[in-house]
Amino acid sequence: MRTNGKLAQLYLVIVFIILYAPILYLMYYSFNSAGTMHGFDGFTLEWYKEVFHDTRLLIIVLNTVVIALLSSAISTILGVVGALAIQRVRRNRPRNSLLAMNNVLIVSPDVIIGASFLIFFTMIGIKLGFTSVLLSHIAFSVPIVVLMVLPKLQEMSPTLIDAAKDLGASGWGVLTKVVLPFLRPGIFAGFFMALTYSLDDFAVTFFVTGNGYTTLSVEIYSRARQGISPSINALSTLIFLFTITLVVGYYFLTRRGSKKPDWGVVQP
Amino acid sequence: MSKTRNLYLIPYVAWMLLFVATPIVLIVYNSFFDVEGNFTFDNFQKFLTPVYLRMTFNSFWYAFLITLFSLLVAYPTAYWLTRTKHKQLWLLLIIVPSWINLLLKTYAFIGLFGTYGFVNAIFEWAGIGTQQILFTDFSFVFVSVYIFIPFMILPIYNALEELNPSLIYAARDLGASPWKTFRRVVFPLTLGGVKAGCQAVFIPALSLFMITRLIAGNRVVTLGTAIEQHFLVTQDWGMGSAIAVLLIIVMAVIMMMTGNRGARNTIR
Repeated sequence: MRTNGKLAQLYLVIVFIILYAPILYLMYYSFNSAGTMHGFDGFTLEWYKEVFHDTRLLIIVLNTVVIALLSSAISTILGVVGALAIQRVRRNRPRNSLLAMNNVLIVSPDVIIGASFLIFFTMIGIKLGFTSVLLSHIAFSVPIVVLMVLPKLQEMSPTLIDAAKDLGASGWGVLTKVVLPFLRPGIFAGFFMALTYSLDDFAVTFFVTGNGYTTLSVEIYSRARQGISPSINALSTLIFLFTITLVVGYYFLTRRGSKKPDWGVVQP
Repeated sequence: MSKTRNLYLIPYVAWMLLFVATPIVLIVYNSFFDVEGNFTFDNFQKFLTPVYLRMTFNSFWYAFLITLFSLLVAYPTAYWLTRTKHKQLWLLLIIVPSWINLLLKTYAFIGLFGTYGFVNAIFEWAGIGTQQILFTDFSFVFVSVYIFIPFMILPIYNALEELNPSLIYAARDLGASPWKTFRRVVFPLTLGGVKAGCQAVFIPALSLFMITRLIAGNRVVTLGTAIEQHFLVTQDWGMGSAIAVLLIIVMAVIMMMTGNRGARNTIR
């Protein structure tokens, strides 16, 4: 194995330090009794207590989780259906247009997705709030699920299906007993990605939440605009730990499924 | 091949038409109406005034800078990462920060860059004295680069991994210096990854709006900020839509130029 020189190692170390500095900085000051992000006064768990006593914040966390779970579950179903649909289109041209349409939401800037959905929901008369947020999260997750499932579907040998049919399986049987189990790693990865996208989304949600309904990202944004608030630090520490747990979970899931985990970033 | 009807297409295409095609059509439609709801070309005319052209230019300039610096930091990182032991683990550690809520990382920089923040404390200690870092162009570009780096590293890393090492050995055997090998062999062969990374950074960087608000303190106005402003503050949807339409056109052009293989970014 080629090894790196000292300079290369130093460079990598600096990159890692910079990548982690803000996160560790946030966590460190979540224990600061002074309640600022400078001048550490003394250790306290006061801000954690505040987070757990802030009913409004807890409701927002709950909203965020409910939206994430619901939207990723629904978008996983739609995405699998979509992948099966695209896979079955044999002719190149319609197939490519389907893929292109699938990619539109993936490459669009969030501001445009958010703005167009705001117009859309207002025009068809959906009240901004839970429904609009849920629908838009499903909308931007479906293409991601499709992209996670489609490669698995292409990997699948058609002889598998032929064999199942020869052995007398019905269309439904083939789907539930052969195709879906084969796709499971892709489906899990898709669900998981949708979940993290939904948990993380700010820009789109910001456009389609009305008054009175918020998710965590939007809440953090509005609090951060007013300056430093130590309960955000405490909350971020909790979220960081939660995220790490998710990442580790995802790591083992993809480890089992395929050799090379792609860390949730869909490659071209 | 038997011609079975592709029933999966119906829900998928219906969903895509409703949530991809319709919102885009609506945004184009809206761009031709003023605040009072009259049909007009004013919005596009207004876009051609110096204020908006300047903003567009700024937006592109910042996006260009962000992409350039991301690339400059990411390429060596990716290159040296592929040469470490346990590279999968190191890659994981690069990706983990990108899974932390974007808002939280941005919020951390308010603390780090603040008047009494960590960076200024170092400046003070080094005898440079307190500087205004927050609310400057520098902080905007720095935080954006910070946010985007993982999305630049990943495609380059993958491209480097796919590179056949025997090509490098061949170049060495034929007498090329390490630098020449890099310039004539490694870099050209990983250009695909570089392109994908640039795409994944440039497009979202064009439409950032929360970082400009939180870190650049409204000093930097990009197309994203303008769209958000028109939609959510001044309620001039027509103008907001017009900017969005132009952004969509620009994006389409970029995608065509760099090859329309969509690179996924997770910047939300």
